[in-house]
Amino acid sequence: MEKIIVTVLGLALVILVNWYFLFSRRRERQAVMKKDRLQEVTVRVKGGYDPDVTVVRKGIPVRLNFYRDETADCSEILVIGEFNIRKPLPAFKTTAIEFTPKEEGEYAFTCGMGMLRGKLIVR
Amino acid sequence: MAKDPVCGMEVKETQAAGTSVYKGKTYYFCEPGCKTKFDENPEIYLKPKEEEKKVKEVKLQSAEGRKTSLIKEREAKSNRIDLPIVGMSCASCASTIQRDLGDLKGVERASVNFANSKATVLFQPQLIKPEDLIKSIRRTGYDVGTASLEIPVRGMECASCVQNVEKALLGARGVTKAAANLATEKVRVEYIPSEISLTQIKKIIEEAGYKVLEIPHDQEAEDIERIVRQKEYKTLKRKFFIGLVLAVVIFVGSSAHWFPWVPDFLNSFFVLWTLATPVQFWIGWQFYKGAWGAFRHRNADMNTLIAVGTSAAYLYSVVATLFPNLFASAGIEPKVYFDTSVVIIVLILFGRLLEARAKGQTSEAIRKLVGLQPKTARVIRDGKEQDVPVEEVVVGDVVLVRPGEKIPVDGVVKEGKSSVDESMITGESIPVRKKAGDEVIGATINKMGSFKFKATKVGKDTALAQIIKLVQDAQGSKAPIQRLADIIAGYFVPIVISIAIVTFIIWFDFGPQPVLTFALLNFVAVMIIACPCALGLATPTAVMVGTGKGAEYGILIKGGESLETAHKIDTIVFDKTGTLTKGEPEVTDIVVMNSLSQHALLRYAGSAEKASEHPLGEAILSKAGEQRIDLIDPVDFKAVEGQGIEAKVDGRSILLGNKKLMKDRGVKLRDSESRADQLAEEGKTPVYLAVDGQVSGLIAVADTLKENSLQAVGRLKNLGLEIVMLTGDNRKTAEAIASKAGIESVLSEVLPEDKVLEIKRLQSGGKRVAMVGDGINDAPALAQADIGIAIGSGTDVAVEASDITLIKDDLEGVVSAIDLSKKTIKIIKQNLFWAFFYNTAGIPVAAGILYPFFGILLNPILASAAMAFSSVSVVSNSLRLRRIKLVRQEEK
Repeated sequence: MEKIIVTVLGLALVILVNWYFLFSRRRERQAVMKKDRLQEVTVRVKGGYDPDVTVVRKGIPVRLNFYRDETADCSEILVIGEFNIRKPLPAFKTTAIEFTPKEEGEYAFTCGMGMLRGKLIVR
Repeated sequence: MAKDPVCGMEVKETQAAGTSVYKGKTYYFCEPGCKTKFDENPEIYLKPKEEEKKVKEVKLQSAEGRKTSLIKEREAKSNRIDLPIVGMSCASCASTIQRDLGDLKGVERASVNFANSKATVLFQPQLIKPEDLIKSIRRTGYDVGTASLEIPVRGMECASCVQNVEKALLGARGVTKAAANLATEKVRVEYIPSEISLTQIKKIIEEAGYKVLEIPHDQEAEDIERIVRQKEYKTLKRKFFIGLVLAVVIFVGSSAHWFPWVPDFLNSFFVLWTLATPVQFWIGWQFYKGAWGAFRHRNADMNTLIAVGTSAAYLYSVVATLFPNLFASAGIEPKVYFDTSVVIIVLILFGRLLEARAKGQTSEAIRKLVGLQPKTARVIRDGKEQDVPVEEVVVGDVVLVRPGEKIPVDGVVKEGKSSVDESMITGESIPVRKKAGDEVIGATINKMGSFKFKATKVGKDTALAQIIKLVQDAQGSKAPIQRLADIIAGYFVPIVISIAIVTFIIWFDFGPQPVLTFALLNFVAVMIIACPCALGLATPTAVMVGTGKGAEYGILIKGGESLETAHKIDTIVFDKTGTLTKGEPEVTDIVVMNSLSQHALLRYAGSAEKASEHPLGEAILSKAGEQRIDLIDPVDFKAVEGQGIEAKVDGRSILLGNKKLMKDRGVKLRDSESRADQLAEEGKTPVYLAVDGQVSGLIAVADTLKENSLQAVGRLKNLGLEIVMLTGDNRKTAEAIASKAGIESVLSEVLPEDKVLEIKRLQSGGKRVAMVGDGINDAPALAQADIGIAIGSGTDVAVEASDITLIKDDLEGVVSAIDLSKKTIKIIKQNLFWAFFYNTAGIPVAAGILYPFFGILLNPILASAAMAFSSVSVVSNSLRLRRIKLVRQEEK
């Protein structure tokens, strides 16, 4: 009996862990439109990206201001694979990244090692 | 001296191009055009004078204080600005700029003075902004010497603050552009340093009600990071030592069977609990903090693994301490594992300490480069020497450098001679001689004499700034070889947690008694041994150290990808002219055919060529100069297109040119022809010299090899590479040069636009090709090659088309670059092997896979030791690159 409980609880936990870390939905935030046709969003980087998911509009230049609020090495480098962006983020400094999304879709951005994840949704 | 009323240029009365008398006063002009303009309508050129006087009065009052002057100027409706112009070469340039400025709406009057390279503009600020004036000047093809700077400002909280700051700045004279950014809390100011100083700009911002923070030099961001890191490092160290003491006590207390001499009270669960708690929650707090931060963002990292793993051991022990009966009734002997959790935490801290120290060293190269930046420059403005911060030096400034001083920015020597130590930029250890017309690189050190140079590149355009940027970008990049490791790292932690849970279940369900203990210990071991860090650090640390090492030797590598491709190269294509050879033809042979001496021959040839601009002619002239031959001016000089020249020297008729020229003029070649063919065979270009219709001699001209081309080619061959030479020359010449350089394969008579095709052809034959060229003419071929190596770029560091840029004009750099690539990739492969091997082998062992066969279990404490040293070993392995010797050095 004990064994069954431990097995069931354990397997449930495995599913929960994988769902939570890999597949669950993250908080979204819409980028702020500036009058000079630029959408801007500030992302705080500390053990992850805050907000995790940023929604931007297609065809309008985007400026992502990454403020890295820690010295932990994990978040030192930012990668947006689809846009060919790979940039070091100096600690306690805002690093602006600008580009224009041309197509709708979801683009992941990660840390240098792919462990911290955020998403950019172009609509 | 009089002033030309039209263009404002200073004119000597005696040398004026024209004069006019108007209302009883004589005016002098620099050129007839100005006089014509003046005569047409003198009033418009004289009237502004009056206005200028008014403005001057305002300016004089400003001596009372900057503030009052600002107010007065605003009251005087129109603003005045003096813009330093760069690139004017004549008085007509001045009038072009003046006309264009004058046509702009809102400009009341513009006068451009060629003599002091300044444009004085009176304009209405509500109609036109200074930056529009600058744009107009730039459109005409000239530049304005402005400095630009980012100033951090605090207190801007809304969009209207942004406007306030910008307005205040733009209202000040000398500021040409101001853009405040709310997000970064910075104001970007473009200004004219001779008009307004940095201190004044700061004052304006503060008067507008905002606080100006210390203006960072580029290194400051790095400095803040370093300070914080150092602080963290200190705290970490303190925590580690306290933790170490506690861990030893707990370990001794928990292992009574090994240490029977330990007093009994230390064996008490409650005492152990008391001692373990500060280690778990104070010393180990950073793991909880990190894990929670990641958890909130639905991420999991190694902090998660450590926090969960040690907490499991700790909580189990707490339960065993408080409710031992619970275990006893289930038939299990109550045991505590405080030692496990505590030792794990302390060991991992130790690993982090070592790692932090080692990693600090990986970015040392950048710190060294940043530290090279000079702080001040001595510029000569308005005839006076003044020390200014290097940020305020503008293009066109004349800078004075004394012996032993650092050259502040890039430029061209105007006067004086010296030798300069360029080793910090090019890697060349021997000082380089500099004379007027030579390029100097900022951050290099002037050794011997004083000289003045004109600044050509400042701020972010200097070679050093570009090098820093290139190296930083390259260091942030990763080699494609890392891709697999990255994909794994992204899913690593959740998967490890899953494996740990499954391990727990299997041991609980099928393991030996006591099941709970085995299940728990193996769960903790799996969590602790997995190390995503080693995987993640494998490539970046090696790329960082490798590219930094390259920069020390003047080898700039664009990124990890270039570094990786470079080691796979099997064919190197060299462009001939300017790469293998010096690119400047030299006289190699002088053959006398009759009674004329060599000296006389060269004198005739040199004098005839005196007016010529043909490269062959220049080679002859420089040879004549070398031998100190006095040349005379030729008479009746005529260039015969594609054949040569004819002229009269000392009354004798001289013909200098190729065979066709001689034949056309009926000159008999006799045995000179076979000699000429022989020279051509050797890759030289023979030039016939005929005096009064008789062949008197031959002068052979050739582009010669650079000193170390032969050695470099030899070393590349030793590395097992196939070497190909690419040139537009005819086959004979090309083969002659190639054989001198030790190259067997030659692609000759290739038109410049076909170079790309030749590279493609080699590639389609399955070759991985590196192309070495000068980066300007060869750009398409450099881009087409798998690796483009631009050579000898001097201060033009950012060669777009190239993957590797060699600052020094030296082929040895190619050998060093390939060698560096091979060595770096070797280190990366070792790192990746260890990281993969370690994780793939470590996790199953920790899960207890060996237990059924050999009865071996991995103690969680050993797992943590292995984990702590895995990243350290990867980083230390990368650091070995700092000490490697590149081929070039070994030979020397």
